[in-house]
Amino acid sequence: MKYVIIGNGVASIGAIEGIRKNDKKGSITVIGEEKYPCYGRPLISYYLEGMTSLDKMDYRPSQFYKDNGVKLVLGVKAEKIDAVSGKVLAGGKEYPYDKLLIATGSSPVIPPTPGYDKVKRKFTFIRLDDALAIEKAVDKTSRVLVIGAGLTGLKAAEGLYGRVGSITVVDMADRVLPAVTDAESSAIVRSHLESKGIAFCLSDHVERFDDGFAVLASGKTIAFDVLVTSVGVRPNTELATSVGCATERMTESGRPFRGIVVDRDQYTGVDGIYAAGDCTLSYDLTLGNTRPLAIQPNAYMQGEAAGAAMSGARAERREYLPVNSGGLLGLRMITAGAYDGEPITVKREGIFRRFFIRERKLRGFIQIGDYSRVGILTEMIRKGTSVDSVDFASLTESPDLAALGDEYVRSVLGRKEKEK
Amino acid sequence: MKRVYVNEEWCLGCRLCEYWCVFSASGEKHFPFAFDGGAKPPAGIQVEERGSVHFAVNCRHCEDPLCLKGCISGALSRDGYGAIRVDKTKCVGCHTCIALCPYGCIVSGGDNMPIKKCQLCAGKDYTPQCVSHCPNNAIVFEEDEDL
Repeated sequence: MKYVIIGNGVASIGAIEGIRKNDKKGSITVIGEEKYPCYGRPLISYYLEGMTSLDKMDYRPSQFYKDNGVKLVLGVKAEKIDAVSGKVLAGGKEYPYDKLLIATGSSPVIPPTPGYDKVKRKFTFIRLDDALAIEKAVDKTSRVLVIGAGLTGLKAAEGLYGRVGSITVVDMADRVLPAVTDAESSAIVRSHLESKGIAFCLSDHVERFDDGFAVLASGKTIAFDVLVTSVGVRPNTELATSVGCATERMTESGRPFRGIVVDRDQYTGVDGIYAAGDCTLSYDLTLGNTRPLAIQPNAYMQGEAAGAAMSGARAERREYLPVNSGGLLGLRMITAGAYDGEPITVKREGIFRRFFIRERKLRGFIQIGDYSRVGILTEMIRKGTSVDSVDFASLTESPDLAALGDEYVRSVLGRKEKEK
Repeated sequence: MKRVYVNEEWCLGCRLCEYWCVFSASGEKHFPFAFDGGAKPPAGIQVEERGSVHFAVNCRHCEDPLCLKGCISGALSRDGYGAIRVDKTKCVGCHTCIALCPYGCIVSGGDNMPIKKCQLCAGKDYTPQCVSHCPNNAIVFEEDEDL
């Protein structure tokens, strides 16, 4: 069996590990556009912050590819898939496959803005090369303008914080982290970052770039030296589209989500072709719809599921949901699930927790400050556990297994009964 | 593989396991030295209390470890023994594993510090010190018969 994987992010690692559980012999070729072995993409902000270094960023030990019999073709872009004869064309060579995984990830969106082309030091923030280039471009006096107050933009700001003179963040939304917070928790994050000296221009956007200035829609002008654009990403679906995979799904609101459409085995419906990671759409168990859920844990697990299916097995049944953990200059926050239920709020000094209950089930939560053992609550969302079957009040104060009942505790921690 | 199992009816709630865990992970030779720097449980094991019932919870070293699969840095891995281990030089303390662990068995090591979790006392020849020093056999280290 010949496996070819396009892309060398964590979905690709998941696929290699998924394949090798069932098939030790088949050949695996990974074609990656970046010149590095797989690294965890979110690490790039930690790299800028000085919390990790290049020699520690490899996602797997150095002998991983060799041990798994993987041929790595790096620094080469896969240009074409010939789905009829089963070949990938990359860098002038052909790579025949029996099973193909498309794990091409996503690319940053650049809003078309007059004057953008003339900005000299401009960057996006998604790849290690972006971080390395930004590192070279800044010094202690740099005035940095970040477009986008989502997780990526704010993590970029955090990474740059100790390296530059000032940081201003602009976003069209009226609050920071619109995708993972509600209004009140967003305000906590914003005021924390403001207290550290980061400036925000919200409900605003850049109308044009002029020599060293950004002119905002509100009329404000911001002088800057370095521009980081992180307004979002677009799934890389071109190759998949070219071989007839569905790469769009209409939503109820009539707005299409872009991304490769797959089934629970990550199969695209095109013979022999699977897809995983940020280039795909996932079924979000909390909102009950199929949408982009581009977070790294999902990418790994989808890759693994694809690898299992490609090698003729079946992976663990997965429930995908948004889960994000992000420290921002000392403020710790973990969020999960959907926020469309009835809120229950716990507030204390340095702690903000909001839980969302719908149809007597935990749908999602936002936790700022202490979030010890919060994974117990993520599991409740995943399993659809009724809040009436547990001591939910105590879970909102301090999650523990005891609150889930004796039977559950025994099933998790005890040995299976030997006798009887 | 062998795992730590709980006989919750025998747990006294003495929390000796928590202290032995911190000591074991510290690498110190003498027990009190492990706590000199202000280290406090919990680390790899923690005792839960509810009314008169107590029991100790530690990592299940799951067959399907969500912590490892969600790790952003590749710091978590399964060793040859089956234990899920953390490479402290690689962990950036992002806490995605804390967000994912269904049993709440991963503990923050503090801001910008690697996480703490049960490694089955790999550095002590896989002799979990929590079990060795439990005075009432409330935790045992036994083979999982399903495997």
